[in-house]
Amino acid sequence: MTATWAWLVLLFPLLGSLTIGATFKVLPERTAGLIGISAIVAAFVCGILALIGLQGEPSESRHVASSLWEYANVGGLKIDLGIYVDPLSIFMVLVVTGVSSLIHIYSYSYMESDQGYHRFFSYLNFFVFSMLVLVLAGNFIMLIVGWALVGFASYALISYWYRRNTATKAGMKAFVINVVGDIGLYIAAILIFKNLGSVDYGTVFERAPEVFTTNEWEIVAICLCLLVGAFAKSAQMPFHTWLADAMEGPTPVSSLIHAATMVTAGVYLIARCHSLFELAPTAADVAAWVGLATLLIAGTIAIAVTDLKRIIAYSTMSQIGYMFVGVSIGAYSAGMFHLMTHAFFKALLFMAAGSFISAMANMQDIDKMKGFRKAMPFTAAMFIIGALALSGFPGTSGWFSKDEIIDFAHFRGGMYDWMWVGMLIGAFMTAIYSFRIIFRILPGPPCEEAEYLEQHGHVIHGEPKNPATGELEDTEVGYPGEEHHIAEQAGGMKFAMAVLGVLALIGGLLQIPGVDDVITKFLEPTFENSVFAHMHPSTEDSWIGLGEGALISIAGIATAWLLYIKRPDLPVKFRQRFSAIYTLCVNKWYGDEIVDFLIVNPVKAFGRFCNRIFERFAIDGATTGVAGLTRSAGAAVRDLQSGLLRGYAVLMLFGILAIAVYFLIRSI
Amino acid sequence: MDIEWYLVLSALLFATGFLGVMIRRNPVVILLCLELMLSAGALALLAFSRMLGNQDAQVFVLIVLVVAACEVVVGLGLVVAMYRRRLPLDVDEVKELKG
Repeated sequence: MTATWAWLVLLFPLLGSLTIGATFKVLPERTAGLIGISAIVAAFVCGILALIGLQGEPSESRHVASSLWEYANVGGLKIDLGIYVDPLSIFMVLVVTGVSSLIHIYSYSYMESDQGYHRFFSYLNFFVFSMLVLVLAGNFIMLIVGWALVGFASYALISYWYRRNTATKAGMKAFVINVVGDIGLYIAAILIFKNLGSVDYGTVFERAPEVFTTNEWEIVAICLCLLVGAFAKSAQMPFHTWLADAMEGPTPVSSLIHAATMVTAGVYLIARCHSLFELAPTAADVAAWVGLATLLIAGTIAIAVTDLKRIIAYSTMSQIGYMFVGVSIGAYSAGMFHLMTHAFFKALLFMAAGSFISAMANMQDIDKMKGFRKAMPFTAAMFIIGALALSGFPGTSGWFSKDEIIDFAHFRGGMYDWMWVGMLIGAFMTAIYSFRIIFRILPGPPCEEAEYLEQHGHVIHGEPKNPATGELEDTEVGYPGEEHHIAEQAGGMKFAMAVLGVLALIGGLLQIPGVDDVITKFLEPTFENSVFAHMHPSTEDSWIGLGEGALISIAGIATAWLLYIKRPDLPVKFRQRFSAIYTLCVNKWYGDEIVDFLIVNPVKAFGRFCNRIFERFAIDGATTGVAGLTRSAGAAVRDLQSGLLRGYAVLMLFGILAIAVYFLIRSI
Repeated sequence: MDIEWYLVLSALLFATGFLGVMIRRNPVVILLCLELMLSAGALALLAFSRMLGNQDAQVFVLIVLVVAACEVVVGLGLVVAMYRRRLPLDVDEVKELKG
């Protein structure tokens, strides 16, 4: 029964996407939105029913593999169109469908005057379907299918406003970088099949400890290839450059795909393959260090840049860095817990940001925003809740989840203590950049747009401009139509944000150390064979960690208050004094430039070489050479074709005579 | 009679035919001479078959005659076509296939 519900989880979003996509000509816009919403809500309900079915089983048999049919069976490689339902995949299903439902409801209002309403909901449903294939997959092949489909969905939605050059370029960039990751995943799947003779999750994870010894080079290679996929999808260094550009997509897309769900796929992958990573501690350490580097670097960038959505995007990278550290050092349930709370508060932050951007008539620069406190009280409150959770303010969901990861690093000790220190610094920066946004856009005298909203009660009508380049764009496929929508005046947006706001505040209560530990207990069957299954800090240590986290978060918020409210001259002075550091951060540590220099430019140069040298001389030379040879051979024998009939007759006769004479002489 | 006589006659006929093909320029005459060459070949075949005492060559000769008839049909068709187009009936003049 559980498996049936899980299949239904997959079915509904697919049906929704196809229905909206096929009937967009006749379907009224609002109906399309409602179909999209109900498909995802239905999937969520089925997810809950699957959860109930799963919890009914005894804990040691809480995993179900189900297959619709055999997809291929060639040369020992058996691929089922199968799913694998266990607490981890159900956990992901619930997070994905739950947050998606709310974001669909938000989009229903937010995209109201967009001309491509049907297209948007069809893509969005398709994305949810792909993501569910990814998390429910029962073998590595299905995983790759889901992995590639979410890549496509992300591309389609980033480039959603396809007449915007920056958007189409960002879509391509995201797609190309993700395909690089896909290749890593393909190689990993091939290596897994070669060594273990199967691609099914159950068989692979069972057989791996028998076949591999710890840190054998092949298992390390497999894990590193898996990591390439995970890094690319989750925007970790050095594959992180696409995520900031992905902010060209509509805000609900940033909220759903580039914050709450898709980019956490890498975390899910590591958690899913934990039995492989525990056999390759070297690879797990690589993942943890990369996560740490990403969380620190993304944090510094988030403090420097001024584009509202990009700040939140860098914050996403940073938080995923925490999750990577968590699942790589063995704090699986903590990593997944942070994935969930992050989905709540980051989706909320993006939604609130979308509302502010609407009020600014599509301007995203926080330098231009000011004094929205009175004009948009609801959005402001929601943004503050999101920022509190993000910076780990005591009591909020982020406090419990982030500090659980940080504690675990300290608990492991040794070199992981360095990670502990790094993550504490990261937490401090998180609090600073979260409240930097708040202190710059909420208090103070209202800016023109905020004042207009306050006095007239509706959003200022601005020119539809590309926020990145300032070019005018057409409203047909440009910014969400001519009308902009803010949460204060749109029911759907308000509802979605209110629900997420509550979840961001109280979501952490699921896992209070020593009190309930719901997430850990729920995920236990998945991770019971792990060496870290029964290793966790004592309750007292956890509370000490939470205390430290609270202090750091409050210190960060206080620092932000000092820098952006009390002494606004300090950041300016800092910028002048340490202009080198500032330039480095505001240019995103030159990530794009480094990738360009190391990969893009050499490839381009190679292409130019092929075009100018190889193609011109080798390929053209070969073809024109053959043609020339034929032509000169023809010229040489052309004179024989005299056109004189009698000449031919003579040649023929003497030719036959010559042959006859030759054979006569030979026969003698 | 010895077979040599037949062969000599056949060779003479063949040489005559070939000379005709070589010397004459009128396509009709060339066709006639071709027929002569074919007949020379047929005669040699018959002579050998007679010498060996079997009748196989008769079949070959019949086939040769049929093929010769077909060839004449095509050849005369060409001649008629040339005449209709008012081309000179001279094979040396018709040499547009020159390379």
